[in-house]
Amino acid sequence: MMKLLAALVALAALAFVPAFAGPYPLGLGIGILGYGVLATAWAMFSGPTRYISLATVAFFGLGAYTVAVLADVLPYPLVLLVAALVGLVVALIVGLATLRLAGIYFVIFTFGLTELVRQLVTYYEVNVTRTLGRYVFLPIGPEHIYWQLLALLAATLAIAFWVSRSRIGLALRVIGDDPDVASHLGVRITRTKLTLFSISCVIMTLAGAIQAPRWTYIEPSIVFNPTTSFLVVIMALLGGPNRLFGPLLGAIPLFLLFEWLSANFPNHYSIILGLLFIAIVFVLPNGVLAAGDSLWSRLTRKAVRP
Amino acid sequence: MLLSAILTGLVLGGTYALVAMGLTLQYGVARIMNLAYGDVIIAASFGAFVLFTALGINPLLGMLVVIPAGFVLSWLIYAVMLQPLARRSRDRGRLEGDSILATFGLLFVIQGVALVIFGAGFQSYSFLAVPVDILGTTIAANRLLAFVLAVVFGLGLWLMLTRTRFGTVIRAVAANPASAPLVGINVDSAARFAFALGGALAAAGGVVVSMYLTFSATMGVIFTMKALIVVIMGGVGNLMGALAAGLILGLVETLVASFIDPGLTLAATYLIFLAVLVIRPQGLFGKAAR
Amino acid sequence: MSLLSLRGVTKSFGGLTAVNGLSFDLIAGETVGLLGPNGSGKTTALNLISGYLPVSDGIIALSGETISTIGPERIAHRGVARTFQLVRALPSLSVGENVLAALAFRKAPVWGRQAESHIERLLADVGLAGRAAQPADSLTYIDLKRMELARALASDPQLLLLDEWLAGLNPTELRAGIALITSLRQRGITILLVEHVMDAVRALCTRCIVMNAGSKIADGPTAEVLADAEVIRAYLGDDHA
Repeated sequence: MMKLLAALVALAALAFVPAFAGPYPLGLGIGILGYGVLATAWAMFSGPTRYISLATVAFFGLGAYTVAVLADVLPYPLVLLVAALVGLVVALIVGLATLRLAGIYFVIFTFGLTELVRQLVTYYEVNVTRTLGRYVFLPIGPEHIYWQLLALLAATLAIAFWVSRSRIGLALRVIGDDPDVASHLGVRITRTKLTLFSISCVIMTLAGAIQAPRWTYIEPSIVFNPTTSFLVVIMALLGGPNRLFGPLLGAIPLFLLFEWLSANFPNHYSIILGLLFIAIVFVLPNGVLAAGDSLWSRLTRKAVRP
Repeated sequence: MLLSAILTGLVLGGTYALVAMGLTLQYGVARIMNLAYGDVIIAASFGAFVLFTALGINPLLGMLVVIPAGFVLSWLIYAVMLQPLARRSRDRGRLEGDSILATFGLLFVIQGVALVIFGAGFQSYSFLAVPVDILGTTIAANRLLAFVLAVVFGLGLWLMLTRTRFGTVIRAVAANPASAPLVGINVDSAARFAFALGGALAAAGGVVVSMYLTFSATMGVIFTMKALIVVIMGGVGNLMGALAAGLILGLVETLVASFIDPGLTLAATYLIFLAVLVIRPQGLFGKAAR
Repeated sequence: MSLLSLRGVTKSFGGLTAVNGLSFDLIAGETVGLLGPNGSGKTTALNLISGYLPVSDGIIALSGETISTIGPERIAHRGVARTFQLVRALPSLSVGENVLAALAFRKAPVWGRQAESHIERLLADVGLAGRAAQPADSLTYIDLKRMELARALASDPQLLLLDEWLAGLNPTELRAGIALITSLRQRGITILLVEHVMDAVRALCTRCIVMNAGSKIADGPTAEVLADAEVIRAYLGDDHA
């Protein structure tokens, strides 16, 4: 109960940030929230199942593109709804094809998915609508984007919390430990994975849709940037994909680092991030929080022993 | 028109089969799912490109430099980065996950280096771009050479794996890494060698690619993807399967590009992949699991 | 009335036929031993019944309904639970959560507050009272086996498949294990057990089925089957028959 209260207070405090933050800090806030949503959504599925999704930006970009295409045609809330549906349909196709199989097939499928979606969108724009690149003119300022992302992050954390306490969360952990045992205990494996994967993808799609108005100009190579997928995986891994706040805590320093790197080393940041990523896989296989826990328990154990 | 598309498709398919053989070695023997594989291919393409344009070295001779470089580079990648992961993981699933993540990071490193040196633009050079008459249609000599090279390397690898003692060791580890040590096989060094050999094949594929295709620093992902799809279609560890699947993929892509729309080739690839996953996930030519 | 019936069940792996035309029935409430030398197809037979492997040919039915065409999770929902030859705990879960995993996904799920008393009772039944909060990967081998049995029982099975559940126990543990299985039998659970420990088979099983090279070679009351010349030959070779 106290925790819920603290969370609500924190949420309310964060909602006042746009009132006194300048445009640059607000932009950073939007970036952190956006990546916080993506990393939390990624970890919700990929953490317990260990099915590593490399296609975050495929869904993110689909969301942004849906807004670019429909912003002039439909009212904004309806556009968001359509974006969510698009994300859901793609998630179901990917999930039904791969989630029955070993994780490796899923990884491979998601690895190329971004490129596939990018090429299909390009094909559609070039051949059907004959407009590659679109302008998004929506009366949505950065503070509105911030609030929407904050709401989405709160919802995502709430869903992740609920999942961790619910039957479906237990099912995911059982599947992650031993899928054969899971099936013998009556867990419907494919259905469970598909449900969580779909929820996670819809959230990612919404994150892209909400941030679309920030770009003003959108084309496939901008919104389907593979670096985004890459960053999301490192963030979740750094923070610890099996903790509620782990991915969010990973997103904050890495986003700021990424901002700093891309401002100061625009040509070298992908090399630096790649090396950092490899280092994280080596040193912190379960994330900073778990590493902190084990360090803490080692220290306290030492303290108890004479 | 159709005949020319089929010839082009076979050439492309030969290249896919060649690079897929390297990937199937790395995954089948060293148990490493190498997402940076395509970037090694592209790095080799740039190597051949530099040798040809800056030093005037013919790519066939360039192979004598680039292929050993691919071997050594992959050897080092395995020894420095992947072997520690292989040693710490008790089960195959853990190694698979760790190697996917580590090579995903490596992908960005190699790609980043290529971007810094060569930029994001498309590159190509003109080598043996003379038309040759075959069966009443014409094809560029460099494509013909690319096909011949793919066949030569594929055959060489197959002979090595089936006729030499070393090949037997590699196949034994692929079939059963747990019991290979019981017959006196050093799994560590066999895996390292297989990974390096896979890298050499990727380098060979990269040089072949550079002879007849335009390439860019960010194209590695696409080659990795296609090699992975060919490996899965052919059945993991199955060289002949990779050959057949590579040819099928090359043909389908070329036919789609010539008769439907070049923008839909990757979609066609994915459609095939989807069909294989739904109908025969163990691969078109793989044995049924269990 | 037969609870489980196998008719001509066959399983081939490529060229190897692990189970060949196996047919037998289990009557509700029976405790039956499935015996045979290593590699005779016993574990494969259990794997076919639980749905871990699909059959190549033949029919397996539970209470008259075919189960050989459905997946393991639906077979579990029909009331079949099992243990594995090599204990398979869920290592990142606690002991209690291991049992909860079975309670939460069975046909009539138990979840939340209600589950806690179930977990305590199930753990107490197998001698793990008060251990629910312990991480599963910290248990000793015998305790892991106990936990796995509690997990199987949590599924509320009509038919329990035990794959060498008593193997590797010391004499004291073995006595406790036999007493535990006896108590399950008294609750009316039908049990099919693959076992090499002959004292346990004699103590527990009213009937035994013997397999050799994938086929059934004997089926009858335990004492008779164990005295059968063919069975002795299958186990020990021709010299002893």
